[in-house]
Amino acid sequence: MVLNDRLDRLVGETSNMISLQNVTKTYQIGPSLIKALNNVNLSIEAGEMVAVMGPSGSGKSTLMNIVGCLDVPTAGTYLLKDRKVEELSENELADIRSTNIGFIFQTYNLLPRLTALANVELPLLYDGSKNTKTRALEALEKVGIDDRKNHKPSELSGGQQQRVGIARALVKNPSIILADEPTGNLDSKTGIEIMGILQDLNKNSRITVVVVTHEEEIANYNDRVITFRDGSIVSDKPVSDKILISDKYLSNRAANNEN
Amino acid sequence: MKIKSVFLMAIFSVTANKLRTFLTLLGIVIGVAAVISLMSIGRGTQQAITAQIESLGTDLLFVSPKTGANLTLADADLIASDPRSDFLVAPQISAPASITFRGEETSAVVNGVTGAYGSVRNLEIGSGHFISPAHVKNRNEVVVLGYQVAKDIFDERLPINEYVSINGRRFNVIGVLEEKGGGARFGSEDGQIFVPLTTAYYRLTSERTTQGEISVSTINVQSISNSDLVDKTVEDPKEYISDILRFSHRTVEDDFSVTNLQDVINTLNEATAALVVLLGSIAGISLFVGGIGIMNIMLVSVTERTREIGIRKALGAKKRDILGQFITEAVLISVTGGVIGASFGAFISYSINRLRLFGPDFETVITADIAILALTVAGVIGLFFGIYPAARAAKLNPIDALRYE
Repeated sequence: MVLNDRLDRLVGETSNMISLQNVTKTYQIGPSLIKALNNVNLSIEAGEMVAVMGPSGSGKSTLMNIVGCLDVPTAGTYLLKDRKVEELSENELADIRSTNIGFIFQTYNLLPRLTALANVELPLLYDGSKNTKTRALEALEKVGIDDRKNHKPSELSGGQQQRVGIARALVKNPSIILADEPTGNLDSKTGIEIMGILQDLNKNSRITVVVVTHEEEIANYNDRVITFRDGSIVSDKPVSDKILISDKYLSNRAANNEN
Repeated sequence: MKIKSVFLMAIFSVTANKLRTFLTLLGIVIGVAAVISLMSIGRGTQQAITAQIESLGTDLLFVSPKTGANLTLADADLIASDPRSDFLVAPQISAPASITFRGEETSAVVNGVTGAYGSVRNLEIGSGHFISPAHVKNRNEVVVLGYQVAKDIFDERLPINEYVSINGRRFNVIGVLEEKGGGARFGSEDGQIFVPLTTAYYRLTSERTTQGEISVSTINVQSISNSDLVDKTVEDPKEYISDILRFSHRTVEDDFSVTNLQDVINTLNEATAALVVLLGSIAGISLFVGGIGIMNIMLVSVTERTREIGIRKALGAKKRDILGQFITEAVLISVTGGVIGASFGAFISYSINRLRLFGPDFETVITADIAILALTVAGVIGLFFGIYPAARAAKLNPIDALRYE
């Protein structure tokens, strides 16, 4: 098991983490056939931090669903760590989501009646992990919100809720974090903080990060920006002047949050 | 997922909406309480009847004539005098009679019996004494009263040596029986009176066979061997007695029937078991309605928690995890309701006994199988009515569920 895991990581580092080949996704809505993704070819390497942009209806949400193994392509091939996702059963997809992918949502999607700690613990309950509380607490510490572990989401600010959301996404040490408009409901300063945490996870924990956003500024915190329109990629270019958020800025902000 | 976390999660979820859970629970509580209390009443009836019959002793047999045929005193003598067995034989003539004492009239079954009747039917004499062989021989006009008859006619006074009129003839009261219990419902001796067989035959009835022999209604036979010196125990007394009578009657078909007391108990048990099942089923309907309540509330819960289901699926929950979660919640509600309902039903059953709601002789009976049955049915109902809502939850597409507002 451990050896396989290492091999997996090694292979992952030398080849593509995510590879879409001629991926098409169509939906039947009433009488009309909607082509949400049209022949998309895309590779994301392990350790990259990528922004996906585009207007609503451009196909970026569909892309996220497919990359996140919540959905499978109608045609084409999606390789996640060289595994063909479209051939997997529903249970195997759930396993892949459980072990490889961490989701972050615009509306945080925390379970309202659970404490921060219980929310972060949740993914660990579905694979029979041990020491779930300790691991959940470690994840909360990593995003600097462990002092609020016994608070319910309604008792937390938006930024704090999103930190809990990130802790929940990283608690299983995923290969990929998929963030769907993670800063969409936050003020710009808190948004930057969240991007800082994602940058830190990308740099120090070597987690591949894909951020869907429609904010040009947020895109500039990534290595690369992919733009969608009408189900196709219209541009895919590296960010020449990526903004790095310093640890110092983060800790200052965290301190300010306390007050 | 570990069973412990599934269980904790289910408790957490069902306690979230306390009033709603309580009302759903109530449906099951009422159903299970009804099943248990009604079935305990049914079992009580069953036990009362069985106890009444068993007080006669299970080694008792009844020989009675088939319609149109006759049994005679000679048949009784034949069975009694059989050299290879040691039967205790008590022939009996039964007829309704009216009894008058100082102008007050009451009706009772009058039995013409011999002295053996008292010991064959386990009768206890309260005061005075029972019919003796001399009474039978002399056709004395003496009578032994059942407990209830004596109470009705004489109230608290001692009836011994008083005279009562039976069908217009004066009889001397020589004894009163102990209270047998069970009331007149189950044919208890409390409501009967006893006179010598010959007196009943010659003075009260005038049935005669064509051969001019004394005909009897029933021959009671106790099959136990009383002899210590010679083993005269008969393996199959029912068949043995039949053979004696067949030989004597020389008929092609039996013109009599021999009933084992065990047969009577079995027949009555079948009837009362059906009663218990019937009562249980009626109560079971309310349990079923309670189950529909669970299904209803689980469906509401699944719709309300669509987004939660989407989140759980995105975090790696499999179909079976979601299925298990919702089924566990449904079963948790139904089994909790079952336990509360069982205690409540037991309390009702206990109260019936305590308050003597059905008379002093009636006791409800709760057996372990009733409780186990009620709890199992409650669990199965939770499972049955929980599966559909849970399957609906498990089938939800995570993308749609996450988008649900």
